[in-house]
Order: sequence, then C-alpha cells, then structure tokens
Amino acid sequence: MTEAKFILEVDTLNKSYGDNTILKGVSLTLEEGEIKVLIGPSGGGKSTLLQCINCLVAPDSGTISMHGKEINLKNKKDLYQLRQRVGMIFQEFNLFDHLTALDNVTIALRKVRRMDKGAANKRAMFELEQVGLGDKIELYPAQLSGGQKQRVAIARALAMDPEVLLLDEPTSALDPELVGEVISVIKALAAKGMTMIMATHQISLIAGLARNVLFMENGIIQEQGSPKELLGAGKKTRTQGFCDRLSDLDGEGS
Amino acid sequence: MELSPFYQDLLTALNTGVITSIGLIIPSALGGVCIGIAAGALRTFGPKPVRKLGDAYAALFRGTPLVIQLFILYYGLPNLGIYLSPYAAAVTGFMLCSGAYQSEYVRGALLSIQRGQYYGAQALGFTTFQTVFWVIIPQAMRRAIHGCGNEIIYLIKYSSLAYIVTCMELTGEGNTIASEYFRFTEVFMMVGVYYLLLVSCAMLILKRIEQWLHVPGFGHQEG
Amino acid sequence: MPPSLTVIVDSFPYLIQGAFFTAGIVVCAMLFGLLLGVCIAVGIVYGPWPVRFVLNLYLWIFRGVPVLVLLFLFYFGLFTYLGLNFSAFVSVAIVLGLTTAAYQANIFKGAMLSLPIGQFRAASSLGMSDVQAIKSIVLPQILRISIPAWSNEYSIILKDSALAFVIGAPEIMARTQFVASRTYQHLPLYITAGIIYFVLTWIGVRLLFKLEKRVRIPGYSDNGANS
Repeated sequence: MTEAKFILEVDTLNKSYGDNTILKGVSLTLEEGEIKVLIGPSGGGKSTLLQCINCLVAPDSGTISMHGKEINLKNKKDLYQLRQRVGMIFQEFNLFDHLTALDNVTIALRKVRRMDKGAANKRAMFELEQVGLGDKIELYPAQLSGGQKQRVAIARALAMDPEVLLLDEPTSALDPELVGEVISVIKALAAKGMTMIMATHQISLIAGLARNVLFMENGIIQEQGSPKELLGAGKKTRTQGFCDRLSDLDGEGS
Repeated sequence: MELSPFYQDLLTALNTGVITSIGLIIPSALGGVCIGIAAGALRTFGPKPVRKLGDAYAALFRGTPLVIQLFILYYGLPNLGIYLSPYAAAVTGFMLCSGAYQSEYVRGALLSIQRGQYYGAQALGFTTFQTVFWVIIPQAMRRAIHGCGNEIIYLIKYSSLAYIVTCMELTGEGNTIASEYFRFTEVFMMVGVYYLLLVSCAMLILKRIEQWLHVPGFGHQEG
Repeated sequence: MPPSLTVIVDSFPYLIQGAFFTAGIVVCAMLFGLLLGVCIAVGIVYGPWPVRFVLNLYLWIFRGVPVLVLLFLFYFGLFTYLGLNFSAFVSVAIVLGLTTAAYQANIFKGAMLSLPIGQFRAASSLGMSDVQAIKSIVLPQILRISIPAWSNEYSIILKDSALAFVIGAPEIMARTQFVASRTYQHLPLYITAGIIYFVLTWIGVRLLFKLEKRVRIPGYSDNGANS
C-alpha cells in the first residue's frame, strides 16, 4: 500500500434523528497540516459533523479513514483508538468538574495512556504552560474563567498527541473580552502546523487561518474553497453573504 | 461518686442497648447504601421494565410507614410460613426502606451529570467502563453524599422501631427499666441523650467525609 | 371468598375510621409545626444570639431524638410529671408538631436566607417596621417557595403518625393491629394498612402540588431556594 496522501478522509456521512436529517452525504479530506474552517448557520450540521468524525455521535452510514485505513466503527477498540488520535475541543469546554486543571489534563494520560503519575504530571504541566496557565494548575473548573477553561480543554486534548484536532465553536460560549486569549492559543497551534477542522463564527479565524473554507447549510457542504476564492473582494458567493451578516452583527468582527 | 441503683441499672441497660442499636445500624446502613446504588443506577440507566420496577420499589417503600414494613416482615411473613428473628426482620426492613430513599439520591445525582461530561471523556478515548469509573462515579458520589448521609442519620433514629418488633435495643432496654422503676421522664431523657450522641457523632463523621470530598463549585451548596 | 379477603372486607370500615383519626393528627401536627416553625425560623434568622442559641438547641434535640422516644418521654413521662392529662390524640399531635416544627423551621430558614437582602431593605426604606417587613414581604415569599419541601415533610409526619399506636391512639395502625391479633391474618391486613397510608400520602402530596400551582407567582422560581 502506498503512503496515503490524506491524514483523514470522511466519505458520505449521513445522520438523522427521526425524520430530521442533519447530515446528507458529507465528504471531506484533510491533508497533514491543513486547516479547514466550517462555517454556516446554526443547525446546519457543523457540530454534528464534528461529533460524527470521532463518533461521539454514531453516523447512520458513511466511512471514516485515517491514513487511508478505514476505521471499523462497529469495533469498540478501533473507536477508542480513533478518539485518542483525534482530539476534540467543545463549545461548552466539558472539563471534568470534579478535577483540578492539572488532573483534567492528566486523567486521560494516566487512565487511557497508562502513563505513570510523574510523567503524566510533567507532560500536563508542559501543556498547561504552553496555554499560559502554569500558575492555575490547582484550581477547579468552577474557579476558572471561561477563557481559562477553554485553554485547559485545549491543553487536555493536546496532551494526547492528537494527529487531528476538531474544534467545535471554541469561542462561542465565551464573553467577548475572553475570546482573544483562546484565539491566540489556536493561532499558535496553527503556526506549529497542527492539522485542524474548526467550526467557528469568528471572522478573524476564518480569514487568517483557513486554508480551506467549507460553507455548510442544511446538512450539505454548499461551497468550498480557499478564503480568497470564497471571500475575495467582489465575490458573490453564499459564504460571502453569510460572513457579511456575521460582521454586521459583530460590529467589526474581532 | 456512688450512683443510685436506679442509675446503675439504667446505664448498664442503655449501654447494652446501644451496642445492639449499633449492631442494627451498621449493617442496615451498608446494605441500604448498596441497595440504593444498585436501585438508583438501574432506575437511571436500566431498560424500561427494570426502571419501572425500580420506581415501584422506591414508591412503595417511601410511601408507607416503616412500622408497617417491619410488621409485615415480622408478623405478616409467618402467614406464608416464613419466620424471621426480630433482629433479622429489623435489619431487612431497615435495609429495604433505607435503600429506597438512598436510590432517590443516587438517581438524582446520576441525572444531574451533564451530557458534556460523557462527551469530554469519550473524546479522549475513554472506554465506557473508564468513563463510568473515573468521571461518572466520582461526580455522582459528591452530588449524592449529602442526601445519603442525611438518610443514614434518619436510619439511626428509626432504628428505635426495632423495639416494636421486640428486638431489644436502646429504646427497648430503656423501656424495660422505665416500667420497672416507673420513672419514664428520666429514663427517656437519658435514652434521648444516647441517640443525640449517636446522631451527632454520625453527623460529624459525615461532615468530615463531605469536606474531604469537597470540590469548589460542586455538589451540595447550602449547609 | 378466602378468609384473608373476608377479614379485609369486614374490617375495612373500621380501618377507614382510623384513617380519619390519622388525618386529624397529621393536620393538627402540621399546622402546629407550621406556626412554631415560622417563629423559630424568624428567631434564628433575625434574633439576637441568646435566642438563636436556644432555638438551635431546640432544633438539635428534636432533629436528633427518635419520634418513638419522644412519644414515650412526653406521654408516659413529662405530661404525667407536669400533671397534664392529655388524650392520646392531643399528645401525639403535640409531639409530632414539636418534631415537624424543628424540620419546618429549617425549611423556612433556608428559604429566608435565599431571599435577596434587597427585599428587606426595600421594605425598610418604605418605612415598614421589621415585623411588618417580615409579615408582609418576607413570609408571603418564603411560604410559597417552601411548599415542595413542606409536602415532603407532610409525607414524613404521616408515616411517623403510625407510631401513635404505641400509646393507644386509635389510628390506622392500632386498629390494624387490633384486628390482626384477633384474626391472625397479619399479612393481608398490614398490606391493606400500607395501601391506606400510600393513598393518604398521595392525596396530600397532590393537594399540596395543586396549592403550589395555585399560589405560584408567574416568573418566580424557587431555584436555589431549597436545593
């Protein structure tokens, strides 16, 4: 078998809840180091797509492959493997409320990776320092601000050495003044070449980071292309229209 | 200092009684907590018929007086040819009743855990077992501990009902002395003091456990 | 008809009379407990420290001593000692009332503490006296948010009232025991008694739920008031 070109391939994913179809045959591919940004109206299927990619929500049909090798979604072991290789950042952080910031990062290292405590702590300290929280490691989620929580969540995902990071509107639940600290962490990640798929409404992330923009609506990827192609001056794309409405709401964006 | 024969008799009797009471309370509390956890988990995650069954169990034991449950076990079961000793009847009744109340707190705690906590664990590659063991149980335990602890305090007080099915514990021993000397006021005040001590000790221990498990911004707020 | 059913059918009216007696005890005890409980709660929240100390002692005792022991203590001990010749009904109602007062006080205390301090301040700023503020601003709010906890307390007192049979009050339990000891049909009779209690619990809880809906203030929730 030749070395696969794509780190992640998603082929014709379908998902519906009862009569409500959320994803209609969505496919995408991701190269190493590539950053794809998903945009589109709420309820368009962005969140579900991300959750299906690491099978937090099982897709009804479709395949997911990593490095050209299809993941058997029925096999629990494969599934746990997949999730270890694909990190996820949630809109609502989903930190474990009963654990300190440090333990939030170490718990998966210790219990899933079976690292010993010393090594796990060392790794976690490193990741927390990277996101600028080296002095907050003993605090519990309830004692952290939203921006700090999201940065702990990023450290937690990175500690597992994911090959791909999925970010589900990482700044949407934050107060406006806290958005900046999370964005700068994400930008630093991008600079290091992290492969990412990110759903966001943040214009600055779309234009500044994305190699590819996917516009999703009604469970279908309606348009895709480079930011220049979709958002360049004078382009009459739906993506452009959507982004214009976003910046109207945001003032100047940020 | 010499105690009068009345007080000597009283204290001897109550000390014997309190040992029996503790012998009733500890197995009942442990059994009650175990039943509560099992029933609470089944009532939350079990398949529908099991859930319904668990709900019926809890409603039944929470909706009828404990005395009646004890009478059914001790006086009623012989009609079916089942004979329980007073001690066995009392402990069985306490366990079943306490378990029903405990299951309510366990269920509430499990339901209060948000979906995101499961997602967070799964996204890191936790197996179902790991998720339950490292995320769900530690959180549910902290949410349930206050209610479950209170239930144990209740159990200590209601252990006095064992006397009604002729198990001679604190209240029973006290009553014997009281009828013998015909000094009800002093005797039952002393019995009350014994119970107050038991309850207060239990409260202190529970408070310690709660403090030890305390996580900021988590669990029971008001004291 | 099997003998067990015959006994139930024959003794049912007799047991139901006991249910009225039980209901009477519970209503009296709950109302007595309500009055006393409100006073204790006000004393604990707003009173000076000696008052608070005495009231907290009261709560500690009545929440720590079993109802059965209190019944024995008051009925055979204190009431006789003090020369009070109370009937079984009055004795049980008083003892259960004193117990539930301790628990109700705690409910009301929690509700009062959850009430924003601004409510009291606003009342004072309008020139109300402390008593007026408590009576017309604080109590109407806390009594409403206390109903769910109160309904729980009702079900506890109802079940505790079954202990009244030890001092010979002719309520459900005593009557059941009376019939059972004559007919030896213990199991079916106690199950019947259990069902009667179950129904009484259900009726009371339903009524209180109706009351809760009835006096509900739109948009006013008890979130955090009784967690």
